Amino acid sequence: MRITVKLFASLRERTGVATLFRSVPEGTTAGALLAALEEDLPALRAAGRIALAVNSEYTRAEQPLRDGDELALIPPVSGGCLPRAQRE
Amino acid sequence: MFRLTDAPIVIDELLTAVADPTAGAVVLFIGTTRDHNDGRSVERLEYEAYAGMAEKEIEQIAAAAKSRWEIARIAVVHRTGVVPIGMASVAIAVSAAHRGPAFEAARFTIDRLKEVVPIWKKEFFAGGAVWIGDQSGSVGTWSDPGVPRAPSHDRES
Repeated sequence: MRITVKLFASLRERTGVATLFRSVPEGTTAGALLAALEEDLPALRAAGRIALAVNSEYTRAEQPLRDGDELALIPPVSGGCLPRAQRE
Repeated sequence: MFRLTDAPIVIDELLTAVADPTAGAVVLFIGTTRDHNDGRSVERLEYEAYAGMAEKEIEQIAAAAKSRWEIARIAVVHRTGVVPIGMASVAIAVSAAHRGPAFEAARFTIDRLKEVVPIWKKEFFAGGAVWIGDQSGSVGTWSDPGVPRAPSHDRES
């Protein structure tokens, strides 16, 4: 599966990457791809808190990816505070 | 009207967008760029958005506000790029038959916007710049490292 990954704000600046592409096996989850990216881009690990969105919707790390998905790595937004509760 | 713009926000456009014959009140919130933060003198602010997702999240917040309060219309505009000190970075207008729901819905909308909408603020000050929320440990609740969490759209139970 081919996945587009987008990085924003502090994550983009820390890594020097705004958009990248990854080929991953079927069944790969959003969290697993983030973990793989953290291996390639150690600056991501230093960044700490990252939320995930797939195709412009916040998602959980356990969410399986599908071919053509866009995964966004989202650092804390400008208000800087996120409730712990899940959307569901 | 839910949009991002890299040009100065035109407040009249929001007021026009929420004009409604059933409304007895219009509440307008404007977030402006302030010249200081955390004891530092701020020179300018820069906003970056995840275009597409940001508008979608704003629409979801507005829909939640409409389902919770009796309001007529709501408009939200957020500026991106460099915003000079003293200018509007975000504006929210809400019209309703009565002022109470309009105030509450406007407050809810800006609070939720700052919690979940993927828009980031970079503060430029003498000698440096920082993305707000970026420093490890400075925020506390975004999520645990490596365990991304989706934000809630309804923190009240």
